[in-house]
Amino acid sequence: MIQKLPAWLAMALVLGLTLGTLAAVGWRAELGRGLSAADWAAVRFTITQAIMSAMLSVVLAIPAARALARRSFRGRRILITLLGAPFLLPVIVAVLGLLAVFGRGGVINSALAAVGLPQISIYGFWGVVLAHVFFNLPLAVRLILQGWQAIPAERFRLVASLNGSVFRLLEVPMLARVVPGAALVIFLICLTSFAVALTLGGGPRATTVELAIYQAIQFDFDLGRAALLACIQFGLGLSAAFVAWQVTPTQGMGRGMDRIVQRWDQGRAAVDAAALSLVALFLLLPLAMVVLRGVPGLIEMPSAVWAAAGRSIMVATGSAGLCVVLAVALSLRGGVAVSVIGVMPLAASGLVMGTGLFVLVYPFVSPRSVALPVTILVNATLALPFAVRAIGPAVADVKADYGKLAESLGMQGWNRLRIVVFPRIRRPLGFAAGLAAALSMGDLGVITLFAGEAQETLPLAMYRLMGSYRMEAAAGAGLLLLALSLLLFWLCDQGGRRDADA
Amino acid sequence: MLTLDGLRIFLGAFQLSANLTVQPGITAIIGPSGGGKSTLLAAIAGFQDGAAGRVLWQDQDITDAAPGARPISTLFQDNNLFPHLTIAQNVGLGLRPDLKLSQTDLLAVAEALRAVGLDGMEQRKPAAMSGGQQSRAALARLLVADRPVVLLDEPFAALGPGMRAEMLALVREKLVGRTVLMVTHDPDDAQRAADQVILVSAGVAAPPVPTQELFADPPEALKAYLGK
Repeated sequence: MIQKLPAWLAMALVLGLTLGTLAAVGWRAELGRGLSAADWAAVRFTITQAIMSAMLSVVLAIPAARALARRSFRGRRILITLLGAPFLLPVIVAVLGLLAVFGRGGVINSALAAVGLPQISIYGFWGVVLAHVFFNLPLAVRLILQGWQAIPAERFRLVASLNGSVFRLLEVPMLARVVPGAALVIFLICLTSFAVALTLGGGPRATTVELAIYQAIQFDFDLGRAALLACIQFGLGLSAAFVAWQVTPTQGMGRGMDRIVQRWDQGRAAVDAAALSLVALFLLLPLAMVVLRGVPGLIEMPSAVWAAAGRSIMVATGSAGLCVVLAVALSLRGGVAVSVIGVMPLAASGLVMGTGLFVLVYPFVSPRSVALPVTILVNATLALPFAVRAIGPAVADVKADYGKLAESLGMQGWNRLRIVVFPRIRRPLGFAAGLAAALSMGDLGVITLFAGEAQETLPLAMYRLMGSYRMEAAAGAGLLLLALSLLLFWLCDQGGRRDADA
Repeated sequence: MLTLDGLRIFLGAFQLSANLTVQPGITAIIGPSGGGKSTLLAAIAGFQDGAAGRVLWQDQDITDAAPGARPISTLFQDNNLFPHLTIAQNVGLGLRPDLKLSQTDLLAVAEALRAVGLDGMEQRKPAAMSGGQQSRAALARLLVADRPVVLLDEPFAALGPGMRAEMLALVREKLVGRTVLMVTHDPDDAQRAADQVILVSAGVAAPPVPTQELFADPPEALKAYLGK
């Protein structure tokens, strides 16, 4: 019985934050007014940039995934690990790195200027697409690599013995199966990525629906319009999630990435080497720039940045703690309802949740006074699907292996959690907490709706520094943010591994 | 005295009924595999849903009691020890499910470990012990828990024949006076260790019969099972 109440509370919280905020948004939306031309432009921009980002990500990912699938070389494991890193990377830090490479005065433009060619601009449609490809190309490589590795070794042998074409007989059918799912997942992610549009988009021709929500609240204080836009955003996210759910293969992530199938059609090594080098360069160069420019920037940082860093650590810790508590409560209960609720936040948007909470709290308290608690709540909910995916199977294993023994010994409730469950799920628990902490640390979403000067978190402080063109200080803050995100993840993950024995 | 009063267990199309009384001592449960031996134990231990009838201990109805609240200890086929706890903690769980062990409790644990031949192994983790030692540790927990009914669901099946005989001898020696129900698929184990035998076949758990009597004049069902 003791395990039921927390699960109900967790479900109520998730439902309240996803569907409840949506209801609040719907209640405030001024439907009668209809959509303005600018609103339609935002809808169109949101969809086209997401389609372009998804297509470019998968097209560029195919050669890299093929190279990883058929080559064995030193550093292959590191490269695959690196492909998982953008997930932990704060968006605003990545944007700063991309600016240092592709922006005004960046590496590329300096080179172009040196040979007298015209400059490129990172702002607007292509900048948003560039940042989205930066984040999602690694994901696409991983998803497509899984497709390659799912082809049984016997098939390669069969095709080789028939002297057939591996490309036509094996690879094309596999890609036809895997690529649409990967593209849809990325499309969905790009639909609800606020921070990229906030930093690189803007203006009448490069505003996403989420950015329009933010502007409606921040600049016009037009809650009716914000709520209407939030309804549209939710509709977009829901339809994309539905399609993605139908198309995505259900196999697990990251299994068997180490396997290299023996094949007899190696092709030219130079092509594979080039594909991998380009991807690695594209991912590493912006990160290297963050470090290079960040180190001198550290001394330029105003003291407010340190205060913001302190608040960010607090928010990240609170959100990670809440997230794993929710994930454990849901996992202990198990069942279909729980898995549905566990993935619901994937289709939700932080900005929609934020707008809903904003219209709910606004009549009663100053949004600023609840900025940090709201951020903790929303961040914990957004990280919940990943935490449930890490913790759920481990809890199910403990139940299957030791449930009866604990039962027969009369271990109930808290005793069972303390003595049996927690020690046995330490690893996934630490990993999930680290993930939630890093995601929350780098989050630049709902906080932008609520915070004033006194509530700003590190990503927000960094964004404001960038907005006032204090790029050195912003670079320092970016390095600090990157270091803190990775450190929090590492601490939690190591905490789960420490003297964990069989 | 353990009584199964009109117990009926439904598992899909399969049905098992038991109407019997078990006296203290060792009672083997034998019968063809898939016949419901483990299901019968699960029902007595309180793990089997969908059962009708009553389970009584000393004329007290325990049918609706939670597994941990019954006067019953169980050794399962595997996973009898928590790998992340020391042997002392694993045994101590038999005394305190919250693991808050007093000095007296720890003395009792050490005493039980000595009784099963695991002197001074309190701080070991299960992974650092052999299969036989792990079985002994689980047995030590039965000793400290001191519950009158003990269910053994083939806990020694993975051990070699010599070790298994050793464990059965230890069970006979240490669990004197308790009501021990032991599932086995080896008639030799039953003949060696059990005072009486419950034969489970064709959906019926027969009342216990003294071991020698049963094997001296086996009923048709047992003959078919033994292949004689």
